[in-house]
Amino acid sequence: MNSWTVSFVVWGALLLLLAASTATAVLVAGPMAHAFSLACALAMAALIVTWFMGLRTADGLLRVFALAAVFWLALLIALTLADFLTR
Amino acid sequence: MSTATPEAWPREHYLNAGWSIRSWLLTTDHKRIGWLYTVSITAFFFLGGFAALLIRLELMTPPGDLMSAEFYNEMFSIHGIVMVWFFLIPSIPNTLGNFLLPLMLGARDLAFPRLNLLSWYIYTVGGLFTIAAVILGGVDTGWTFYTPYSSMFSNSAVMAAVAGVFIVGFSSIATGINFIVTTHKMRAPGLTWFRLPLFVWANYATSLIFVLATPVLGITLVLIALERALGIGIFDPALGGDPLLFQHLFWFYSHPAVYIMILPAFGVVSEIITCFARKRIFGYTGMVVAIMAITLFGFVVWGHHMFVSGQSIYAGILFSFFTMLVAVPSAIKTFNWTATLYKGRISFTAPMIYGLSFLGLFTIGGLTGVILAALAVDIHVHDTYFVVAHFHYIMVGGAVTAYLGGLHFWWPKLTGRMYSEIWARIAALALFIGFNLTFFPQFLLGYAGMPRRYHAYPEDFQILHAMSSLGAGVLAIGYLLPLVYLGWSMLRGPHAGSNPWDARGLEWRTSSPPPKHNFLETPRVDEPAYHYE
Amino acid sequence: MSDAEPAEQFDDLDQQKHANLMGMWLFLATELLLFGGLFASFGVFRIMHPETFGEAASHLSVSLGVANTVILFTSGLTTKLADEAVEAGRRGLGLALLLGTIALGLAFLVIKGFEWHHEYEIGLMPVLGLPFEYPGADPRNARLFFNFYYAMTGLHAAHMLIGLGLLSIIALLLYRWRDPPKIARQVRISGLYWAFVDVIWVFVFTFLYLLRSG
Repeated sequence: MNSWTVSFVVWGALLLLLAASTATAVLVAGPMAHAFSLACALAMAALIVTWFMGLRTADGLLRVFALAAVFWLALLIALTLADFLTR
Repeated sequence: MSTATPEAWPREHYLNAGWSIRSWLLTTDHKRIGWLYTVSITAFFFLGGFAALLIRLELMTPPGDLMSAEFYNEMFSIHGIVMVWFFLIPSIPNTLGNFLLPLMLGARDLAFPRLNLLSWYIYTVGGLFTIAAVILGGVDTGWTFYTPYSSMFSNSAVMAAVAGVFIVGFSSIATGINFIVTTHKMRAPGLTWFRLPLFVWANYATSLIFVLATPVLGITLVLIALERALGIGIFDPALGGDPLLFQHLFWFYSHPAVYIMILPAFGVVSEIITCFARKRIFGYTGMVVAIMAITLFGFVVWGHHMFVSGQSIYAGILFSFFTMLVAVPSAIKTFNWTATLYKGRISFTAPMIYGLSFLGLFTIGGLTGVILAALAVDIHVHDTYFVVAHFHYIMVGGAVTAYLGGLHFWWPKLTGRMYSEIWARIAALALFIGFNLTFFPQFLLGYAGMPRRYHAYPEDFQILHAMSSLGAGVLAIGYLLPLVYLGWSMLRGPHAGSNPWDARGLEWRTSSPPPKHNFLETPRVDEPAYHYE
Repeated sequence: MSDAEPAEQFDDLDQQKHANLMGMWLFLATELLLFGGLFASFGVFRIMHPETFGEAASHLSVSLGVANTVILFTSGLTTKLADEAVEAGRRGLGLALLLGTIALGLAFLVIKGFEWHHEYEIGLMPVLGLPFEYPGADPRNARLFFNFYYAMTGLHAAHMLIGLGLLSIIALLLYRWRDPPKIARQVRISGLYWAFVDVIWVFVFTFLYLLRSG
């Protein structure tokens, strides 16, 4: 599959995920729907980052940096919630 | 210490590459940008120092007689804002780091020289906003901008000060990106990661903090501005928001910011001690691991600033535990420096006196930090002068002393000239004595119950306060003297030669001052760092 | 291709290219943490007021949100294709695709502006002391939801504007076509920024529009 075709396939996959996520949110709602929508968001972000931003073929180091940024954001969220959830 | 054969001045070097103002203000040479930063941060240091002097003058006597409470608030606020963001954060990385990082890596410049120049202009614009805040009547929130005071109640120039700090953050980010990329991509042949000088490791770790922490401060300040300007009340309890959330976001940056100040100081002191003990640093790998461990742990301890704020007790326990943990790598470093001195051939040159002062002052600052990390004890000394003394021992006794030590150590490389050794030793001793006289009494004051940020106090505290103010005078001499003899050296000092300390490291292998692109040919490295003995 | 020289601090073009890419990714890491502060704050209140925030979310227009997401995904596609076209030396195609990206970005902002205006008209814009006429339960905390809505979409829109400015400059350079390898690097770097703004939007959209209660 050449690169142009892959780009279109990725674009199609993004639209499908968006449709699935939105339909679930509107029709089902509730905690399970929220979990599904968030999972879809992660999947969409992963598709954009790996293909449109080329992380799939980038230096290993860039992948480490990308993961480090996510990890540090997780630290911020987790430790802030550690306060608010245990008050 | 002096080179055996007198060395001729290099014919072409970065200082005589151009004399016009334009050749300085539009330079992309990392060494010249290092000088631009040195001049700017020195100006801000004396601005912040002047505010400190007024504070100490007010505290000579128990009643608030010299200035009003409001003016006093503005003085300690501007002292904190200027010293933290316009002096300490950029101090070592942007001056010595800027100058030395490419030299130590054997590179011709940083990876992004124009970004480097841009970072200085951003810093300058941020500085102008801060000065504007002072002229517009000052800001009285303290350097921490705590909500809801900063967002709802303060009528002072909060917006200008917040804008200044927000803007200067981008100069940190630019520097961080530049250093990280340069360290990864531009090391000389043979210069593997575990042959890097600890100064490079320290600046690399600092840059990681610049990149990962500064943006969170940025968004926090934006939210304050949005609250003041638009009424978006994310921190406003009346609108369902939470002021404590501000503290979480603020300290997610501002605690690691302490490591931004102290890690480069670790780097400087490692270089000085190993050189003047004529010994390879003890436990190099352990030192590297400790630097990286501090970088990581530094991000998970911020809640210790909030022990009495109403934060959940369970979060407090967690943060207290992590804070104790960060003491471990710090202690490893202190032990390793001490072990490096053991059986070394020590010479007490001026840089070494600064280095040894650092060791003592940082140890006191670090140990009192462990005391403060204990939840129960902290309730007693929270927001007292005990805390003030603790963080000044780290940031001033530690970081500023190391900055001056580094400035003296690499001065011959920066300028190609030597300074008066005897005056330098006097200044270093004045700093050590003045510093302890200023801040040690503050531990006692705090323990006895003197709260911070008050312009008046009961008469019982006067002796200790007077000692502290007197010490500040001695300390001021320690800071002013270098201006004189270093200024003289810049014009008249004798030529230093390329390696006056007989030190190891790539920066000593090129002429003093170095040529525009640092090395006439790219150096090769075939030995570990600090190959003394 | 001309035999282009690297900048003076680099040994070769390959080193320069990798350094540039790494610099951009590091910058994007800072952008993630910038938005991250907002996301963390939103998370705290989303967990504290699940019903109110869930209900408030259903007052936003999902159809406009979906339309904007589709537009951004498409602009991500055109950016990626423009990057490959420029890399292959196809200037005209690259320029057309890049202009397409800019047009899509403008369309996004127009729709967003329309959406904001609509919310202003029905009294759901509680900033600058404007009245807040929220029809559901617990208006006090719903107001907080809308505060987040404007902060997050506003910051995102500001990044879109910066991105559009950047892409316009790149389009001009592409039109002139002076130094093709350098332009290819610039298209890659600015494309990274644009795609990243897409990623942020995916989360802004999901957090605000999709976490609804019944």
